[in-house]
Amino acid sequence: MNTLDPRIKRLSLEPSAEVEKTNSHLITYEVFHQEKRGKHVTHVGVVHASNPEMALVMAKEVFGRRGKTTNLWVVKTSDVYTFGSDDEDMFETTPEKTFRDPAYYKVRDKIEKFQSKQKV
Amino acid sequence: MYGSTNLSEEDAKRMNTTVEDPEKLEAFESRIARGEKIEPQDWMPVEYRKQLIRMIEQHAHSEIVGALPEGTWITRAPNFRRKLALIAKVQDEIGHGQLLYSAAETLGKTREEMLNDLLNGKSKYSNVFNYPAKTWADIAVIGFLVDGAAIVNQVINSKGSYGPYCRALERICYEESFHLKQGHDNVVYLATGTKHQRAILQDAINRWYVPLLHFFGPPDKMSAHSEKLMKWKVKLASNDDMRNQFLDQYVPKIWELDITFPDPNLKKNNDGIWEFSDPDWNEFKKVINGGGPCNAERIAVRKFAEEAGRWVRQALMNPTEKYVVPLA
Ligand SMILES: [Fe+2]
Ligand SMILES: [Fe+2]
Repeated sequence: MNTLDPRIKRLSLEPSAEVEKTNSHLITYEVFHQEKRGKHVTHVGVVHASNPEMALVMAKEVFGRRGKTTNLWVVKTSDVYTFGSDDEDMFETTPEKTFRDPAYYKVRDKIEKFQSKQKV
Repeated sequence: MYGSTNLSEEDAKRMNTTVEDPEKLEAFESRIARGEKIEPQDWMPVEYRKQLIRMIEQHAHSEIVGALPEGTWITRAPNFRRKLALIAKVQDEIGHGQLLYSAAETLGKTREEMLNDLLNGKSKYSNVFNYPAKTWADIAVIGFLVDGAAIVNQVINSKGSYGPYCRALERICYEESFHLKQGHDNVVYLATGTKHQRAILQDAINRWYVPLLHFFGPPDKMSAHSEKLMKWKVKLASNDDMRNQFLDQYVPKIWELDITFPDPNLKKNNDGIWEFSDPDWNEFKKVINGGGPCNAERIAVRKFAEEAGRWVRQALMNPTEKYVVPLA
């Protein structure tokens, strides 16, 4: 093989060699990352691995290479349960439930009205 | 370009003839028009899925094949600091490949199928990685200009409609900015160095100029268009627009070092558009079809890695585990 790389030259590769197809694959793990102690652990992506220990090793390489990391979690993709996207509408009216929000409860107006009445 | 959005004629035709459920299609398109992302579990048109797989897969292959020309210089880096930076960059590129394979996998093609298709020549990767890195100056030029071109492409694509691809690209772009900075640092070091250092830099720029113009794909007037890919936010800018943006950002940064490009017609018009001599598009086609200087070597090295690592993967494989498509 005509190559500029001394290491590749040493391998003396045959350019036409056929490769056996790989049909089986490693399963995937969903990766969760915690940046700092005390922070939420958030989903960051996926790795392929043969078991949870290897998944952690891969996750460290892919998602913990730079910046801050305190911990990583891995979960087998098949062990994660989610709602289907068809069910998304079940959350549609949630933002309308303002009685669940602190801002809904405005007492100051009433207090002021009450106090001005008392003074009279 | 990393993942080409140029359609084959056959694909372009099918794009306009595939019939989809009109109600679902409308909901899908209005979601995209509102600027919302599409997630793996959502309904999507057959052609949207197909074109995204092709594009993200090509992008992933480009990352791992792209690590090869640079990887060959790790053992020959001029000093320890440059060696550390190059190792980190090459590792990042492989990491980008992993992120992108996972993103493509959410659309239903397994990573192994993609790797098989790379080796049997069914799927492509970016032409730019079929050129050799002859001297250390090539590593400087690749880090600065090839990564610079890639960033133009990737930043634009990160505004696309497919959630997993956008999220992968956001992370990738963050890491690419380090590639660019260390590449620029390397270029400036050579440009402000000895006569010999300047000469190898100039020589590398001379050789990379045409592959860089080719990187963004054929001119708009030559390529098959799909309004649909634009509407679906799979393609977000035309080849010519991206190429122009690249020239606008990077040509001045080479010129200010008193280094030139091998093209007397390269200049910026009054209306902000860059002019350049037509790079040989027949060569572009030749390289895509396997006739570039390094195509055979790149695939042979990938095959070697695949074969040499096979026994490890097989030893680790647990046949009772059931594979499911990754979630996000
Ligand atoms: Fe990359
Ligand atoms: Fe890069």
